[in-house]
Amino acid sequence: MSQADLSIHAQVSRTGATETMTAPTFSVPAKKMAMWLFIIADSATFAGCLVAYGFIRNATPDWPRPFHSITNVAIMTLILLTSSLTMLIGVRSAEQGDKAKAFRFTMITVALGILFAVLHIREWMGMIGEGATLFHNPWGTPLFSSLFFSITGLHLLHVTGGVIALIAVALKYQGGRYNADDLEITGLYWHFVDLVWMFVVPLVYLLNLAH
Amino acid sequence: MHDMSTHAVPHGAPTSFIRKHVFSIDHKVIGKQYYALALLAALIGMVLSWIMRLHLGYGSLAIPGLHLLSKNGAPGDVMTPEYYLQLMTMHGTIMVFFVLTTAPFAAFGNFFLPIQTGAEDMPFPHFNMMSFWVTFTAFLVLVASFFTGTGPTLGGWTQYAPLSAIGDVGGPGEGLGVVLWAASIAIFCIGQLLGSLNFITTTLDMRCKGMSLMRLPLTAWAWFITSIMGLTAFAVLMPACLLLILDHVAGTSFFRPSNAVINDQVLPGSGGSTLLWQHLFWFFGHPEVYIAIVPGLGIVSHVLITNMRRPMLSHRVLIYSMGALALLSYMVYGHHMFVSGMNPVSSLAFSFPTLVITIPSTIVVLIWLGSLYGSRLRINSASLFALGFISMFISGGVSGFFLAQPSIDIMLHATYFVVGHFHLVMGVAAMFGIFAGTYFWFPKMTGRMMNETLGKVHFWMSFVGAYCIFMPFHYLGIAGNVRRYQAFTDDYLIPLIPVHKFITIAALFTGFAQLIFVYNLIHSRFWGKVAPNDNPWEGTSLEWSTATPPPHNNFGDKMPVVYHDPYQYSVEGASTDYVMQTSTEQLKNTDEEK
Repeated sequence: MSQADLSIHAQVSRTGATETMTAPTFSVPAKKMAMWLFIIADSATFAGCLVAYGFIRNATPDWPRPFHSITNVAIMTLILLTSSLTMLIGVRSAEQGDKAKAFRFTMITVALGILFAVLHIREWMGMIGEGATLFHNPWGTPLFSSLFFSITGLHLLHVTGGVIALIAVALKYQGGRYNADDLEITGLYWHFVDLVWMFVVPLVYLLNLAH
Repeated sequence: MHDMSTHAVPHGAPTSFIRKHVFSIDHKVIGKQYYALALLAALIGMVLSWIMRLHLGYGSLAIPGLHLLSKNGAPGDVMTPEYYLQLMTMHGTIMVFFVLTTAPFAAFGNFFLPIQTGAEDMPFPHFNMMSFWVTFTAFLVLVASFFTGTGPTLGGWTQYAPLSAIGDVGGPGEGLGVVLWAASIAIFCIGQLLGSLNFITTTLDMRCKGMSLMRLPLTAWAWFITSIMGLTAFAVLMPACLLLILDHVAGTSFFRPSNAVINDQVLPGSGGSTLLWQHLFWFFGHPEVYIAIVPGLGIVSHVLITNMRRPMLSHRVLIYSMGALALLSYMVYGHHMFVSGMNPVSSLAFSFPTLVITIPSTIVVLIWLGSLYGSRLRINSASLFALGFISMFISGGVSGFFLAQPSIDIMLHATYFVVGHFHLVMGVAAMFGIFAGTYFWFPKMTGRMMNETLGKVHFWMSFVGAYCIFMPFHYLGIAGNVRRYQAFTDDYLIPLIPVHKFITIAALFTGFAQLIFVYNLIHSRFWGKVAPNDNPWEGTSLEWSTATPPPHNNFGDKMPVVYHDPYQYSVEGASTDYVMQTSTEQLKNTDEEK
């Protein structure tokens, strides 16, 4: 989202109520509402991809199960879950007016996000090293790696976008241009990215674990 | 912690030409830009349909200059079978995406939704500007495929796999043409997402004092419901298009089955699913039908109420019915796939909600007819087109009962019966909604009136012409004429050629009527009669209580305050036969929404 747009209504009160306007429905001001709506749309996008994966997996005999260990993905999941927690602490601190703590914890979230991305890319490199590409892999139907890279790639793109957004918002929050609401709204997105991963792990990793 | 100041005007009035008319963040300018885009797209789509109709009606007729459009597609000005399919695909894509989605929803919605809710602008004006320019880019990308060596894709606007996924071996345009098509649609989806975000937040968060949700006019409700559909439907189409592009450029085979033999070649492909494309596409595609038609339901209700001088039998039931249409539209998409090889049990499961969805549609129609009964309707171009909408909606809707049943659909699928059905119910009906809105709101948008005589001529020619085109389609379909045939050479088809000739003449006639409309539009814009006042139709909703055309921040210095329901016409004891929403007059003889 363009930061310029997010800042336009920075001066609207927390509930959005003003003297000339009706109070916002559900007391959710426009910016936060827009983020929720974006999350709904993005959920539909991920759902479309995961349904495509399920559809093809179901229709393909001898679907490969190349994963032998869940250690790496478990660590990645733990990191992402922890980052949601640090995000939460950051937002809480911002609401209580503790700016330094809020900035610190947002930056810890950023660091965890980067760590997740690094581990993910390392995993990708390992698979590519074994001969997997978008249209070929050594384990069976090429559709496996097509779908694996597409879905995890889409998620990785979201993580990268989230990291960039968090850095930008945290810096502007530090500089006083953004307030606790902006941090909270960006946090909503980060939790969503985390939540999507909770669907990707069982469907894409655990279901494809070797017997 | 936070400044408790108002929803301050998000932006001051622009001064430079570019910020005023090109990269404007004013929702009214963006609405007009969308309208202009839709008009351009509609003219292109109409010319394409003329060329197709001439070819269908008169066989190998040479159309002078056709070779200029495509050297390979029309040697000697006679189109090749492939070129016919390419034009047909572009006609469908342009009309569905860039006319039926753009005009009633994005154009009128942008202009009037913030005014009807009593807002100064949408909450995210920059997103709004982006949404138009992104949509415009999508249009350019689509049209660019005409100018690639092989021309646009020929797979139909639904782009069924495997044809859409196999590349050039499928025919001209199936390589680069499909990639451009899918890229265009993916870009279009982004524009719709940005637009929907703005529409929903405007409705929920940008209402002036006193404007409760139930006091919103039916148009505002229709755009709100449409934007909720747009939010999720396009979000599913986008990844589908991206996967399709990957099949072309990255060597994947999501939609390419194993060992498909096409044009005597065994194609590389490994176990992709052709049905998957249909599932993803129609999960978007069916809500899309309602995205095209629901704004029309709102516009027609709004126009009729103003001209009947009384509210609909039930404001709430109309809103609930539109909501039910939106909800059900996601559950019925499989009725496009009855003969696709899907499990027959699924057909049954999709047939049931398809029949259920006729209930809210019927309720809407019955409310219209019941409200019209005994009313003294003011006849003008806008109300005529609203009546025409109802007629088309019923005629096209009735054939839906047949198609909703798998056993009958097996016979009628992919025939002209289907083409007639959807052209009437979502094509012509939605166009009539656009026309009703144009004649009705033109004075508010431009400060001038459209010519009523030309408007009525436009209506009668379009009304008669549209029926002459699309009613015979049903007959052709029952006679077994499969759609997408570019020539009729089989024994059972040859006797149908006179019908096709008749349809071609009717299409040219109806198209001519649209040129009258375009003339009327442009002429009235610059030289039309100046609107007598801010409220020429004596309407009640907020767009009629502001200046004409509305100032940059919609209401000038004073924000409106709403005291009444949207449609207080002919209230007993009131001083005039209409009470505007902003009127402070006390009404005794009416139950008002809170």
